[in-house]
Amino acid sequence: MNLLRRLAVLLSALTALSIGTATMAADLTALVANLTVGGFGEREAAIGALAASGDARAAPILEALGAGRLYVRKADKVVVIAKSEGNQLVLTDAVTGKAAGSAIEAELDRVRVNNRLRGVIDAAVGSLTLMNPDPRVRRGAAESLLKRPDPAALAALDAALAAEKDVRVKAAFSQARAAVVLASDASKADKLAALQVLRDRSDRDALSALQAAANVATDPEIKVAAADASASVRQTLAVWEAAQNVWYGISLGSVLLLAAIGLAITFGTMGVINMAHGEMVMLGAYTTFVVQDVIRTSAPHLFDASLLIALPLAFLVAGAVGIAIERGVIRFLYGRPLETLLATWGLSLVLQQAVRSIFGPTNREVGAPSWMSGAFQVGQITVTYSRLWIVIFALVVFAALILVLRKTPLGLYMRAVTQNRPMASAMGIRTPRVDALTFGLGSGIAGLAGVALSQIDNVSPNLGQGYIIDSFMVVVFGGVGNLFGTLVGALSLGIVNKFLEPYAGAVLGKILVLVFIILFIQRRPRGLFALKGRAVE
Amino acid sequence: MITRFLWQGLSRNLRLFVLLVLLVGVALPVLNQLVPPSQPLHVPAWMLQLIGKYLCYALLALAVDLVWGFCGILSLGHGAFFALGGYCMGMYLLRQIGSRGVYGNPILPDFMVFLNYKELPWFWHGFDQFWFAAIMIVVVPSLLALALGWFAFRSRVTGVYLSIITQAMTFALMLAFFRNDMGLGGNNGMTDFKDILGFSVQADSTRAALCFASALALALGLVISAAVVGSRFGKALTAVRDAESRMRFLGYRVEGYKLFVFVLSAAMAGVAGAIYVPQVGIINPSEFSPANSIEAVIWVAVGGRGTLIGPVIGAFLVNWGKTYLTGALPEVWLFALGTLFVAVTLFLPKGVVGLWSQVRSRGVTRKARVPA
Repeated sequence: MNLLRRLAVLLSALTALSIGTATMAADLTALVANLTVGGFGEREAAIGALAASGDARAAPILEALGAGRLYVRKADKVVVIAKSEGNQLVLTDAVTGKAAGSAIEAELDRVRVNNRLRGVIDAAVGSLTLMNPDPRVRRGAAESLLKRPDPAALAALDAALAAEKDVRVKAAFSQARAAVVLASDASKADKLAALQVLRDRSDRDALSALQAAANVATDPEIKVAAADASASVRQTLAVWEAAQNVWYGISLGSVLLLAAIGLAITFGTMGVINMAHGEMVMLGAYTTFVVQDVIRTSAPHLFDASLLIALPLAFLVAGAVGIAIERGVIRFLYGRPLETLLATWGLSLVLQQAVRSIFGPTNREVGAPSWMSGAFQVGQITVTYSRLWIVIFALVVFAALILVLRKTPLGLYMRAVTQNRPMASAMGIRTPRVDALTFGLGSGIAGLAGVALSQIDNVSPNLGQGYIIDSFMVVVFGGVGNLFGTLVGALSLGIVNKFLEPYAGAVLGKILVLVFIILFIQRRPRGLFALKGRAVE
Repeated sequence: MITRFLWQGLSRNLRLFVLLVLLVGVALPVLNQLVPPSQPLHVPAWMLQLIGKYLCYALLALAVDLVWGFCGILSLGHGAFFALGGYCMGMYLLRQIGSRGVYGNPILPDFMVFLNYKELPWFWHGFDQFWFAAIMIVVVPSLLALALGWFAFRSRVTGVYLSIITQAMTFALMLAFFRNDMGLGGNNGMTDFKDILGFSVQADSTRAALCFASALALALGLVISAAVVGSRFGKALTAVRDAESRMRFLGYRVEGYKLFVFVLSAAMAGVAGAIYVPQVGIINPSEFSPANSIEAVIWVAVGGRGTLIGPVIGAFLVNWGKTYLTGALPEVWLFALGTLFVAVTLFLPKGVVGLWSQVRSRGVTRKARVPA
């Protein structure tokens, strides 16, 4: 009975819709006013008429009515939507949507509804969202129908489908319709067609609709077809999942690349173990924090550019600290790698504690500019903009570094000093200066990494520690002294990690990767792409 | 005969030092037990615990020095051997609780009941017996060292690469032990111990005995290390440290020398960890953290690598400083430790002991000049 009534309302709404714009133009005020007069029977008719208007403003009014927040002001008979605030009710004019002052309960008459009417209202709101002028809202309504197919909505869907112009919304409608058809008692041919539609959609929601259909179907042919369709969907999903893992792996790999690439210079080309490398990354992240803090207080309109401003500053800060470390400590320890390791570890402790003393031990908030927040869909993969930018940024930094090493005089000197220090010195290259600049360059790049990592990690004094072991693994795995090795090493470790995660869990996956690298170093102590020749020894 | 061999390995200074360690190990417990608390000579229980802890750290430092100072292998993962020994002891201590735990299960330790274990995992069997635990304390770290060393030394992984591998090893172990389904207590580790060999861990007399045991273990470690280092084997070891390729060309099997000393050192670290755990009353995965291992290395560096007395002195000095500073000025401790790392590597490459002999030799030459 109830269902029939709902259907009647829907149908009246839909026929009204198909009659066209005349009803659309009908005065909303009159329709709303009709809601407030008469008994429940008249109110039901009024709800139907309001739903039939297809007006976007009708949905919030009906929702307010269902929630018991629709009132008539006794003084001027204006229909208002009320929101309680303290012991006052804040009012909005139901028709115009403008604020209408506030009032207390006694000054208003509530428009009453009963349970049956609430059902009618729900159905009316559902059909109104299918008619909503905003295509995104319409798609959302179709998606939610797909997830919870309700046979009662079939008629509304059909009508909406006929009226729909937008191709993507239309596809969403027909897929929702397919799910609804499968849940209803439609004919066999219809159901088989619906199965095909869902099979073409092939995502998780389609899979659950198909599985539900396979479970409830009585007809053996439909049952088989549904099982077949869900198997094919599952296969497609598996492919997408692999693609997703690759993407996550690339994303993780680019983070590793950023963290390791500075190390590849200091460790790889200079042979200096810099345990304070992670702290350079941390300094970069804190530079970003300071820049954003200054921008927030003095120039909020620049916030979207904050990362761009932070990049050169982070490079300079970390680079300057790096040069200071090289001049102050490391240059006395060349040729004693184990001592260098200990001294730089000490420096990392000092830097951590310094940052802790200045900025406090808690995480600092670094905001994301608008162009880095949000996400978009590629097939079944969700790509967040922040991850995408970090991948791009890592590759840009890598390319820039290669250019510096290959095309600039500094790069030439650096390579010369790396390959044969005494000969380079004899040719007039000031090797100590080149050492300092190389170390500064490596540290500065770590600072750049810090700017990027501040977007995806907690900015705390311990930020660097989490990356130092991973970075060393990447450099050693890729082959010391070979930047392309670092690139390949970082990406392959990232991808392997992400593929292991679903089977072994995040922690065990990481352990397995570490064990793998330990074994790998035993096999090839000089890494994946080892330098050949006498320079190695 | 063995005792003679061991005793002969000791130089005069070292003999005195071993006796000093033993004296401390006897005197402190005696002063705690026999002198009434009202007397100024009475040693309070917390002091016993503190000194006992330092003695364990000293043994760990000695183990690090044995591989680093005498064989040139800088291990950044000795904390892992220490922690493994500690975990073996912790497993024994947990099994001793029996039905006195919170959940009163006679077989399963509390955390297993909490995690819905139905029966004891296989690797827990035998740990209710002290002799078994005692064997495991030596065997487990040794086996890990054997496996790692076997692979690493055979493929000639040396220098910083080896350091990074050992660091990755302890890091991986830390991650593994943090997992609840390892069956080893997860991130809470093991604690709430009741008794060891039938004596309550909380009792002062047990603390006194443990302090003595720490001193004894350290003394034994010193004697064994001295015997190893002073023997022909030790000479070859030092040669491997100074010129590995040359030793190889001379026909020595370098891997064997390194492997032996690495395993010995791991076993010593395991024993240190095992005696450490009942004294502090807890063992958890943070003991595996790479920072701990590096701290042990700095004790050696401060005391003086390549000497046997140095690491003991270094461990006491640094840890005394740590106890003092973390209590009085907690902000300053990491600055101090960090500066220590830098200062020692730059200005004290031979540590405190090296400084001492430098000063003394300068004194000697000055004296020698006087008559001339």
